[in-house]
Amino acid sequence: MAYVAVKGGERAIDNAHRWMADERRGDQAVPEISTAQIAEQLGRSVDRVMAEGSLYDPGLAALAVKQAQGDLIEAAFLLRAYRTTLPRFAATSPVETATMTIARRISAVFKDMPGGQILGPTTDYTHRLLDFALEAGFTPQAAEQAEPDLAAMPRIHDILGHEGLIEADQPSDAEPFDITRQPLAFPASRDARLQSLARGDEGFLLAMGYSTQRGWGGSHPFVGEIRVGEVAVEIEPPELGFAIDIGDLPVTECQMVNQFAGSRTQPPQFTRGYGLVFGHGERKAMAMALVDRALRASELGEEATAPAQNQEFVIYHCDNIEATGFVEHLKLPHYVDFQSELETIRRMRADAEREMAHESQEAAQ
Amino acid sequence: MSLDLPGFADPVTGAQSCFRAVLEAMSRPGLVLEAGAGLTPPAPLDPATGAVLLTLIDADTALHIDPAGEAARDWIVFHTTPRDAAQAEADFTLALSLPKLASLPAGTDDEPQLGATVILQVAGFGTGALFELAGPGLATPRRLRIAGLPDDFAAQWAANHGLFPRGVDLILCAGTQLAALPRSLRISHVMEG
Amino acid sequence: MNGYNFAYLDEQTKRMIRRSLLKAVAIPGHQIPFGSREMPLPYGWGTGGIQVTAAVLGADDTLKVIDQGADDTTNAVSIRRFFARTAGVATTTHTAEATIIQTRHRIPEEPLREDQIIVYQVPQPEPLSKLEPSRAETKRMHGLSEYGLMHVKLYEDITRYGHVSISYDYPVMVNGRYLMAPSPIPAFDNPKMDMMPALQLFGAGREKRLYAVPPYTKVASLDFDDHPFRTTRAPQVCGLCGSGVSYLDEVVTDDKGGRLFVCSDTDYCETRRAEGHAGTELAA
Repeated sequence: MAYVAVKGGERAIDNAHRWMADERRGDQAVPEISTAQIAEQLGRSVDRVMAEGSLYDPGLAALAVKQAQGDLIEAAFLLRAYRTTLPRFAATSPVETATMTIARRISAVFKDMPGGQILGPTTDYTHRLLDFALEAGFTPQAAEQAEPDLAAMPRIHDILGHEGLIEADQPSDAEPFDITRQPLAFPASRDARLQSLARGDEGFLLAMGYSTQRGWGGSHPFVGEIRVGEVAVEIEPPELGFAIDIGDLPVTECQMVNQFAGSRTQPPQFTRGYGLVFGHGERKAMAMALVDRALRASELGEEATAPAQNQEFVIYHCDNIEATGFVEHLKLPHYVDFQSELETIRRMRADAEREMAHESQEAAQ
Repeated sequence: MSLDLPGFADPVTGAQSCFRAVLEAMSRPGLVLEAGAGLTPPAPLDPATGAVLLTLIDADTALHIDPAGEAARDWIVFHTTPRDAAQAEADFTLALSLPKLASLPAGTDDEPQLGATVILQVAGFGTGALFELAGPGLATPRRLRIAGLPDDFAAQWAANHGLFPRGVDLILCAGTQLAALPRSLRISHVMEG
Repeated sequence: MNGYNFAYLDEQTKRMIRRSLLKAVAIPGHQIPFGSREMPLPYGWGTGGIQVTAAVLGADDTLKVIDQGADDTTNAVSIRRFFARTAGVATTTHTAEATIIQTRHRIPEEPLREDQIIVYQVPQPEPLSKLEPSRAETKRMHGLSEYGLMHVKLYEDITRYGHVSISYDYPVMVNGRYLMAPSPIPAFDNPKMDMMPALQLFGAGREKRLYAVPPYTKVASLDFDDHPFRTTRAPQVCGLCGSGVSYLDEVVTDDKGGRLFVCSDTDYCETRRAEGHAGTELAA
């Protein structure tokens, strides 16, 4: 039988896309899910997609989740690819989380503090029992909410800073690095690192942060504070000369407090790791703060020996869009390279067999 | 007022075709290519010079404008919004006479790409001093006449090439023509113009 | 395509890539970091090559896209459609008709000309990456032209196997200065890079690097005087066109060791058949 080369790649791709769309819809007897339902009822997925997709837009993130059949990395990828085409109108002023509207705020290092501990909406103390009532659908009762305390809630370094017990903020008016426009070089500045971590994969950062707790670059962390709520976003158009509020952004912020042995020029004090993510994402914010602190090892004069302290290792590998692309590209055809390996291995084996035959001949003589 | 003068009639195709000419010129040093026909930049800019500026300069580039080109500054700034920079710090220098090459950024051993690009408007090609060019891009040495370079150009260039991979690159423009001299090139002066 | 710029990228991004490309040409073989954008295709699937092509491509270009030497592999089809859709350019499968050829893993058999540009998709632009994972370190090595690490690796191969064991992405020295990854083309294709009349551009999107080899530039595959570089191909002839010099794919025809060898470059093979050449399979 004569060999016929495989053709019709174009038709195959079209068909594959149609099939996938059909599979995504599932059984058409079941009502189709709306993006509003996703945005309202799968908020944590939407938040994660916005964080890793680096774009705050719950509606588009919900669409991405739907389009990706709930594959959150694929959804983040869809959002990123959209984000990259958007024009840049302005850069915002730095957000001021000290004055954010708080829904939840806890500190593990003080029993109480100005503004108090606010439990807010959390799964922390739920017993992880499947709630079969949800299966049937149910209408929740309204929760009692305290009147929001409009007095500013000081952040942990505002509280410890008076005694110099914790490192101070380093204010800067310098234009921040932009990892979406500029290629990174190492060692990378902290602004570049934090941007990378903020869009980094939650699972990767979780594992890296966890590794620091188990001794791989440990830095004795305490949760100084986690706060969840809405922060005002402002821009300052040069033609106006003053800031205008363009909206509120739900965020989760984590200040991790760590020990620092001190140095010849600096007495011992607490240092900080910082995490900030879109939406409600405490796990990610905490992991980010642990990793941020670990990555500061060199700057604080600590020996950087653990993976989580290695900037290149962490930053180059935390992006799940890059990682999934490169891992999954292995399913693309590689038969040309494989062929060259086949020929090389055949040649090596032939050489080795000749050698062995030669040796056994000599042994026989 | 030079602001009234337009840029490319079609910015997308204008920039693309000019870029291809510059890319080709940089790839085949000394090859003279057409660019900027139809463009009407203000004096003292020639069409090719204006086209190269519109093609390569924007808010992400630091540009130094030779004082001799001051009359065109408003047009350049309006169409390309560059960051203004001193010659010693500029990514690009627009020059109407050759600046001292040694005074321009040459990049570092690790990052030689930070060496400057000079967009140099010359009097013309095909007349003037004769140079012989050799290096990457040329199967055999190529000869090119350039009018408007200083007498010590070959010596300055030898010093620039000697820095390789550091160094500066030249895009020469005259009328609606351009040619390029990348730092990888060896240039010898064959005869006076 | 509505709502997107010609060839997808915005003009500012194109300018950034174009400026980088000019520096890449001026410093042959040197990797230029660039602000690689997030493309609507996955990293590792040609985002670097696509960005380079998008920055270079004009309405009067004719584009050819190949993967593994073939125009009809799914990724080649997908990228060709991307540009047909976003730039409306003419596309072709004939090497001779193309002004720009974007490729993954092969260089066409037909020699390229001065009026052509070849754009390589590069997964890993750093030739030293398998020997030194830190880019801060390898950057320093390139700065100093310090390539002892690679020579030691090749020498160890020779000591152990009698020859170099690298069969693709075989490192090259460009213009006697920079060690360069030729992208994962088979070593068989390396000699085509040397003094090639066409401009060669390389894009690595995920690693955010691009580099170039100008036309007529010396590209030498690393070797030793007593162990000169040599290429390998399957020793068979193409079953379809009978070529005994082209790079061959090995197609498995049964589970009893049956094999068929055919040209990896589909256009080369089809052109030869159109000219009347025939291999044993076609004759049957």
